[in-house]
Amino acid sequence: MTESTWQLLLDSLWPLLDGAIRGTIPLALASFAIGLVLALGLALMRLSKRPWLSGIARGYISIVRGTPLLVQLFVIFYGLPSIGVVIDPWPSAVVAFSLNVGGYAAEVIRAAILSVPKGQWEAAYMVGMSHRRALGRIILPQAARVSVPPLSNTFISLVKDTSLASLILVTELFRQAQEIAAFSQEFMLLYLEAALVYWVICLALSSAQGLLEKRLDRYVAH
Amino acid sequence: MSPTDLSPADRAPGTPDAALLTVRGLRKSFGANRVLDSIDLTVDRGRVLALIGPSGSGKTTILRCLNGLELADGGTIDVAGELALDFAQAPPKKQLTALRDRSAMVFQHYNLFPHKTVLENVIEGPVGVQKRPRAEAVAEALALLGRVGLSDKKDSYPFELSGGQQQRVGIVRALALKPQLLLFDEPTSALDPELVGDVLRLIKELALEGWTMVIVTHELEFAREVAHEVAFVDGGVIVERGDPKELLRNPQNERTKQFLHRLLFPF
Ligand SMILES: Nc1ncnc2c1ncn2[C@@H]1O[C@H](COP(=O)(O)OP(=O)(O)OP(=O)(O)O)[C@@H](O)[C@H]1O
Ligand SMILES: [Mg+2]
Repeated sequence: MTESTWQLLLDSLWPLLDGAIRGTIPLALASFAIGLVLALGLALMRLSKRPWLSGIARGYISIVRGTPLLVQLFVIFYGLPSIGVVIDPWPSAVVAFSLNVGGYAAEVIRAAILSVPKGQWEAAYMVGMSHRRALGRIILPQAARVSVPPLSNTFISLVKDTSLASLILVTELFRQAQEIAAFSQEFMLLYLEAALVYWVICLALSSAQGLLEKRLDRYVAH
Repeated sequence: MSPTDLSPADRAPGTPDAALLTVRGLRKSFGANRVLDSIDLTVDRGRVLALIGPSGSGKTTILRCLNGLELADGGTIDVAGELALDFAQAPPKKQLTALRDRSAMVFQHYNLFPHKTVLENVIEGPVGVQKRPRAEAVAEALALLGRVGLSDKKDSYPFELSGGQQQRVGIVRALALKPQLLLFDEPTSALDPELVGDVLRLIKELALEGWTMVIVTHELEFAREVAHEVAFVDGGVIVERGDPKELLRNPQNERTKQFLHRLLFPF
C-alpha cells in the first residue's frame, strides 16, 4: 500500500467512528429500546385469550416479518409524505427499525414466556399474586434469562441493518464511508474499513452478551 | 403468636372441633373428560385428611379446586362458615381470592421461584402480597427456616438445595402465608427415598401442632400414623372413607381393596 492509502485510511477512520458514535449506535439503541417495549406488548397480546387481541398481534408480526426492512423504511420516509405525513430522516429510521424489532422480538419474548414452567404461575397464584404481579415478578424475570441469546442476535442484526438508513439520508457509519469513497474514488478501501468497524462493534456486543448471560446465570445450575 | 411457634394462628387451645372445610358436590370437567364427579368432604379444625387413589383419579384436581387454581364447574366450598362459594355460577373474583388466601399449597415438584433466594421465596407472599412489614416477615421467615434446619441456607438459590431441602422451603413458604388450611400434593413423591423421612417428619410435627391439612399421598404408613381420616378417590368420586387404621387394614369397597393390594404388592 502506498503512503497516501495509509493516510486516507487514517484520515477516514475518525469520520467513520463519528458516524458510528453519532449515527449507528444511538440509532440501534433507541430503536432496540422502543422495539422491546413494543415487542413485550405484542407478545402479551399474542398470549391473550381474547381472539381479536391475539389476532391483531399475529397480523402485525406477520406483516413485519413478511416484508423487507428496506421497503418498510422507504414506505415511512418516501411513502408517507404523499399522504401528507413528513418525517425527518432520523425519526423515520427510528420508527422503521423500532416497528421491525418489535415484530421479531415479540416472537422471542412470547416463546420465552411460554418456556417458563406452568408450576411457576401456580406457585405465584398460590402465594396470592394477581396475574399481573405473577407476570412481572415471577415469569418475566425467568423469561428474560431465556431470551438474552436470541435478543442479542436481534440487536446485532439491527446494528448491521442500520446501514440501510444511509439510503434515507441518515448520517451514519456507512453513509460516511460512501461519501468519502465517492470523493476519493477509493471504494474498496473505504467499504472494507466500514466493514471492519461494524465487525469490531459486533464483537464488542457479543462479549457484552456473554457478560450479561453470566450475570443472569447466577441462579441456575451450571 | 411468637415467631418460632409453628402452630396455626387461629387455633386457641380448647377450641372445639368444628368443620373448617366443607365441600359438597364438587364437579370439574376438562372438555368431555369428567374428572371430579360430585366430591363431598369435611375436614374439622386441626384435623388431617389423607387422599389416596390411583393415578388420574382426580386427587390433584381436588386440591387445585380448594386452592382456587382450578375453577370447579359445580358444587360448594365452605371455609370456617365464613366463606361460602357456590360454583353453580362462576363465583366473583373476590371470593376466589379469599379462598386462595385461606389455604396454602405444597407442590409435588416444590415449584420454588428459581430466581429468588430461599428467604425471598418465603417472604414473597407475606411482604409482596399481604403487605406485612418487611422486618416482621423476615423475622418470622428466619424463625421458620430455623425450625426446619435451614437457617444457613437463607441466601442460597433453590438449585443449590437438595430435593428434601427444597420441599422444606416449600412447606415454610406455605406456612409463612398464615393459612387456615394446608394442602399437600404428594409432597414426597419426587424425592430420593433417603430424603423422604425428613419431610414426612416435618409434616407430622405440623399435624401434632394442630394444623388443618389435606394431604394427597401414596405413603400408606404415613397416612395411617398422621391422618385422622383417609378417603379413597377413584374415577372422580370418593369411593370409601374412614378411620385410617380401619380402612387401610380392612377396606370394604372392592376398588379400594384392589388399589391397596397393588400398592402393597406392586409385582
Ligand atoms: N389442566 C388439565 N387439562 C385437561 N385435563 C386435565 C387437566 N388437569 C388434569 N386433567 C385430567 O384430569 C384427570 C385427573 O388428574 P389429576 O391430576 O387430578 O389426577 P391425580 O389423581 O392427581 O393423579 P396422579 O396420582 O397421577 O397425580 C386426568 O385424567 C388428567 O389427565
Ligand atoms: Mg396428582
